[in-house]
Amino acid sequence: MRHPLEGSARFASEVADIPVVNAGDGANQHPTQTLLDLYSIRKTQGTLENLNVFLIGDLKYGRTVHSLLMAMSNFNTTFNFISPEELKLPDEYKMYLQDKGLEYEEHIDITDNINNADIIYMTRIQRERFSDPMEYEKTKNSYVLKNDMLDGTKENMKILHPLPRVNEIHEDVDENKKSYYFTQALNGVYTRMAIITSILGIK
Amino acid sequence: MSDQKKKLLVSAIENGTVIDHIPANHLFKVISILGLDSLKKQITFGTNLESKKLGHKAIIKLSEVYFKDEDINKIALIAPHAKLNIIHNFKVTDKRDVQVPEKIKGIAKCGNPKCITNNDNVNTIFYVLPKDSEKVALKCHYCEKITDPEDMEVF
Repeated sequence: MRHPLEGSARFASEVADIPVVNAGDGANQHPTQTLLDLYSIRKTQGTLENLNVFLIGDLKYGRTVHSLLMAMSNFNTTFNFISPEELKLPDEYKMYLQDKGLEYEEHIDITDNINNADIIYMTRIQRERFSDPMEYEKTKNSYVLKNDMLDGTKENMKILHPLPRVNEIHEDVDENKKSYYFTQALNGVYTRMAIITSILGIK
Repeated sequence: MSDQKKKLLVSAIENGTVIDHIPANHLFKVISILGLDSLKKQITFGTNLESKKLGHKAIIKLSEVYFKDEDINKIALIAPHAKLNIIHNFKVTDKRDVQVPEKIKGIAKCGNPKCITNNDNVNTIFYVLPKDSEKVALKCHYCEKITDPEDMEVF
């Protein structure tokens, strides 16, 4: 079930007597995306433990970010958040990490701070999220990942994106072996097949 | 002002409950959380009374009214230092503090306009999380957003 209101899937699961899979509820959560993200991270890094994860872009409304953060917080992840001021990670997720005793840093700009990343998770910045359209025009080009920015990054580093992208990953990154977002999307097919067969009891 | 005169500002009750040490600015929220506006009993209250602890406090005296812990604890969100005096025959027979509950159901509105509870016929449920030593935060069971008790709208 995909629904624009937040909490709609949880409510549906409480009143329905059949299984409900949350396929995205407003800006809240997107757990099936997270399962494919976890699969993609483990496949490329060989582990989910002790990784340095950078989440970049719209961290306020980006539901995939919220679900991924909660899932990865079980694996001693170090988080780095890079976003414009207006789209910073909401406090409830920072409280969640503090409760778990996990470290995180917040930045406004993408700089060579990405050089110690194991995973860079990009999200798109949407025009409608800004109260001031001029602010959007100023911001949209500051959160673009380009190929030459990846020179100093780690060999094992992979770039993920829930797709579709707007302009936040330049097309010259697509050929870089550190880009993984198209394979990540393919992993989504397998992961969702697994979810559907599991709720139908097919082995 | 002497203690004796201060007490006279709000008349004594024979039997019932006195809720003291309510922050003056939250008196009306306490009244709506406890549903006192629909009670048919004699209720007197005073507000903007001087208090060493709170600056200005409010007090409510309810004749022939006693509360269950689970009901009175709902006010702990906005009046964590409230004290209850249980009165029998003009005498205080028991004193109680309020305890912050772990979960609250159906009292307050979720602050998130995109929450399912603000758009469909769904009762609100909040988990009460410690924010710091003095304050708590309310996390919505449905949309998972935080509502500050200071801003919360009571149904």
